[in-house]
Order: sequence, then C-alpha cells, then structure tokens
Amino acid sequence: MHQYLQLNGITKTYGDFTALKKVDLTIEKGEFVTFLGPSGSGKTTTLMIIAGFEKATAGDVLVEGKSLSGLAPHERNIGIVFQNYALFPHKTAVENVYFPLQMRGVRRGEGLKKADEMLALVGLGGFGKRYPKELSGGQQQRVALARALVFEPSLLLLDEPLGALDKNLREQMQIEIKRIQRALGVTTIFVTHDQSEAMSMSDRIVVFEKGEIQQAATPLEIYHKPQTRFVAGFIGESNLVPARIGDAAANQAESTALGICDYAPTESAVTDGQDVTLLIRPEHIRLSRNPIEGRKNVRMQVETIVNYGDNALVIGKVGDLQMRVRVLGADVVIIKEGEECCISWQPEAVFVVPR
Amino acid sequence: MGATISRLSEKPNLWPWLLLAPLAIYLAIFFLVPLIDVAIMSFTEPRLSIANYQKVLTGALYQKVFLNTFMTAALVTLACLCVGYPLAYLMNASKPRTAMLILLLVTMSFWTSFLVRTYAWMVLLGNNGPIVAFLRAVGFETPPQLLFTRFSSTLAMVHILAPYMIMNIYSVMRKIDPVLIRSAESLGARGFSLFRHVYLPLTAPGIANGCVLVFVICLGFYVTPVLLGSPREQMIAGLIGHQIEEFLAFGMGSAMAMVLLAITLAILAIYHRRFGLDKLWG
Repeated sequence: MHQYLQLNGITKTYGDFTALKKVDLTIEKGEFVTFLGPSGSGKTTTLMIIAGFEKATAGDVLVEGKSLSGLAPHERNIGIVFQNYALFPHKTAVENVYFPLQMRGVRRGEGLKKADEMLALVGLGGFGKRYPKELSGGQQQRVALARALVFEPSLLLLDEPLGALDKNLREQMQIEIKRIQRALGVTTIFVTHDQSEAMSMSDRIVVFEKGEIQQAATPLEIYHKPQTRFVAGFIGESNLVPARIGDAAANQAESTALGICDYAPTESAVTDGQDVTLLIRPEHIRLSRNPIEGRKNVRMQVETIVNYGDNALVIGKVGDLQMRVRVLGADVVIIKEGEECCISWQPEAVFVVPR
Repeated sequence: MGATISRLSEKPNLWPWLLLAPLAIYLAIFFLVPLIDVAIMSFTEPRLSIANYQKVLTGALYQKVFLNTFMTAALVTLACLCVGYPLAYLMNASKPRTAMLILLLVTMSFWTSFLVRTYAWMVLLGNNGPIVAFLRAVGFETPPQLLFTRFSSTLAMVHILAPYMIMNIYSVMRKIDPVLIRSAESLGARGFSLFRHVYLPLTAPGIANGCVLVFVICLGFYVTPVLLGSPREQMIAGLIGHQIEEFLAFGMGSAMAMVLLAITLAILAIYHRRFGLDKLWG
C-alpha cells in the first residue's frame, strides 16, 4: 500500500481569497511528514481539511483509496493534537485518554487500563490521577498525544504542538514524538513553521507557500536541492545570487556581482540565457586573506561580524551584493569589520535553483 | 534621610480606604444598624426570651411556610435553568449581532421596574386579561384561575430571575475554548454524548452560579408572591410582612427574618467552600 493518504487537487477559497490552490500529495503508510511554511501559507488549512473541520472547495482526501468527503470529523478516526493541547479541564489525565475509547463504547475498566498503558508509553506512568492544570506544559502535551493515539487512529495530525514550550523542552519533545511515532508506526502529519523542527523530525518535508506546495522531499534534499527560490530562502541560511546561465554544457552562469561562476551539475534542465538563482550556503564559503587556488575567489568588504562563540557570521558586500559567510569561531580573528578579504568556494557549493 | 524614607514607606497608606468611607457609612447606618436592631428584637420582643425562635422552628404553620418557600425557590430555579440554558446556548451560538439583540431583550426586562413587571403579569393573567379571553375564545367554558395561584407567582418570579441565570451561564459558555469542542469531535464524540461528557461539565460552574443566585434571591422574594401568589401558599418574606403589618408582632417577624438570613448565609457558605464566592458574579 504505497499511497496511504492521497490529497487530490485540494482547493479552498474564502470569497475572493484562495487559501489553497490544487494541492496534490501522497503519503505512505507509517511516514512522518511535516507541513512547513510561514503563517497563512495554507498548511493548517490543509490539515483542517484532512481532519474534516474545513470543507474543501474542490478536491478530495482519500485514505487507503477511500474518500473521506462526506464524513464528519467524529467519523474519520483521525487523532489530532492541537496547539494548546485542548485537554478537558474537568477530566483527569487518564480520563482524558480514556475519552475516545469511551466514545467508541469501550467498557470503563478495560478502557482505563488501556489509557494507563498509553500514558506509560508517553512517559507519564503514575500521573493519571492528575488534572490538566496540575501538569506542566510538556506533560499536558504528552497526555494530548496519548489521547490522540489510544484509539489507534488511521492518521495522527499534530498542529504546531510544540509552539508553547521553551527551547529545551521542545527538543526533548521532538525526540519523544519521533520515538512514539516509530514505536506505533502511525502515519503522521506534523505542522510547523519552525524549519529546524521540520529538519530534525521528518521523513519528508512539504513546504507550503501562498496556498501551494513548493516542494515535497526529504530534509536533505530540501536543504541541498531546493527547487524554488522560496524554499532556498526559507530553509537554512542562504546566499541567493541572481544570475543567467552562460554555458549550460559547461555548467557556467554569469552574475553581475560574482562574474563567471561554475555551478554543480544540475538535474533540472536549464538553457543558455535563462535567468536563474544561484544558492551558496554560508557554511560552504571560506574566508581568507589571499585567494585560494582551485576555488572561485571574490573580494568582499566586511561590514558586520556576529560572533556566536563556536562560530561566527560574517556579513559583507561583493559589489552591490550582500554575502553571508559562516566561519569557525577560531577563524574569525583574521578579519576585522571594515577590512577587505577574500571569500572562496568550490563549484559543488553552487546550486542552481530552477524556479 | 534614609531613615525618613523607610519610615514613610512603612506607614500604611490609608488613602485608598478613605474612598470606601461613603459606602461604608451608608451601609452602617441603613443596613448594619437596622440588622442588629432586628437581631435584638428577635430576642426581646415582646420580652427577653428565645420563645420566638422556638415558635418559628417548631410551629406547624411556620414550618409549612418555610417548606413552601424552599419548594417555590427550587421550582423557580429549575424553571430558570430550563429557560435560561437553551437561551444562553442560543446567544453563544449565534452571530454577534443576534447575540446582542437577545442580550438586549434579556437585559431590557431586567431594567424594567420590578413592580411594573409584576403588575404587567396581573393584567395579562387577570380574569379580564387577554389570556383568559383567548382561552374562552377557543372553547374553555370556565377558564382556569390563573392569577393568585402558585402558577402566576412562579411564572412572574421566573421572568424576573431568569436574566441572572442566563447571564451567569452565558458568561461561562463564552469562555469555553471552541478548540475543546473540536478536539472532542476528533476523538469521536457527537451529539448528546458530546454534550453530556464535555459541554455540560464545562458549563457546570455557570449552572451552579446561576442556581445559587436565583435560589437565594428567590428565598427572600416579597413583592411578587404577595401580589400574584395564592394567599394559601405564602412565602416566608410575605409571612414576615404579615406578622409585622397585621399583628405588629415585631419579635416573631424578626426571628423569622434571622432564620431566613441564617439559611441564606449557610447556602452561600457551602457554595463558597465548593466553588468560591468570588465566582458568583461571573
């Protein structure tokens, strides 16, 4: 069963505003997919359409080939963890987890036992008798996760569930969610606007922008081979250089600021004279006093140095073009703000962003 | 210098309390002093004894009136809940404009004078009123007696007290996070089970607030039961008035008033232990 969940041409309009434009996507069974994008990009709308809280203007959602349209949210058997957890304040942790079983007619004794087991799985064994307000944010999060999983849903949807947690707890929960998801093998869609969260957790990332899918690929592909300018700029730090293909056969492009620039062989078809964007990641650029042989060298006027201790960000200008360079903390001593230096890279570090 | 400053800051600031003075003085003169007077009279009229309390607590008539008062208050509270809960739900579920309109209608009757509303019911339910006329027109030879019955006084009290119930429940409903309802739906709840397991418990504090408020106010209701109710089914406030106006039995009236006060305070105390009195006003 390779196409577990299918989105076929999902479109959503609110009056004149188009929130989603013909979104097509297939997700495999057991996959952990992240919907990544800025707010208003359509990622949450897509999630709500899958959950049944929003109705698509056009298009269909299928699970194992069966259409979900016409099914109310309570008939879809989808587990959802909401941003603020949405635990029932009048029920204890274990009663919260028992609730979906109760709604499915599971007897109290058996259901509470199952709820207890699920709480233990999410690392909350022994906390069952507490009310949500007696639990910390991270613990509430785990209860919400247990509640969304206890009824063996066909799909788990997580709507920015880590947004309210502080940084350390967040990283801990990222690992926990991955562990639990793997253990249960449940097909999961995770919505976030945090790119590092998406990078660290997902089997696949789907980047949304302006109601369209920009790219759906593995985290590494998204990072190293972004297919659109938006993805290149949104994921990680980047230098985006406007350029024109000079000689496609020789993998050469021309840019006003950088001159002739060799780029890494690209899978996408480009033709001579085509306007493209070149992506050079700041960590792939080296900073030196003098040109280094065998690399593309340009001179840069250093404007700002931001020191982070283990590494530093050097921002400067090559002609009119702003460039960012990541260097190791120890290397930053060779240069001062206001000085001129040499930056260099290898052709493999230059990636052509087709769109 | 430093010493001066620390001495100044140690001195409690009395100015804010001064703002309370007018109200405090007013309450002391017109509420506290008369109340103490009533308490004293309940023991001293006509002579120093606890005979008044013995009579109030053991006399068959008084027991009957107290019981009737509780029954009426319970009935009115229940009716207010039955009327108020759906209306509050409707307000919460409708668009802001509609909700405003309902709120306006509810509060408008709230702002209309007590007496005016009571007399309006007298006109409506009277033997020459429109309702009786309508019943005659549809074929009732001898329409039932509507006015001066338990029905008419209960109806009017529900009308007067329902806004308290509605406002209390509505304010709680408004605070319910709609995501909780969505979450319940996603977990498989629908219709009545959603209401019973999620919505009703979430609105329970509003129900408790509204019920306590209506019940307590109802216990001491005077004008409406006296003017609209059946003379045979008196409520305690009416009986107190009766004692004092007709028999000049100030001692008995005071003792009944004190018992009523004690019962009311007991109810509020129980409520306070369970929910906290500060929540009573929303």
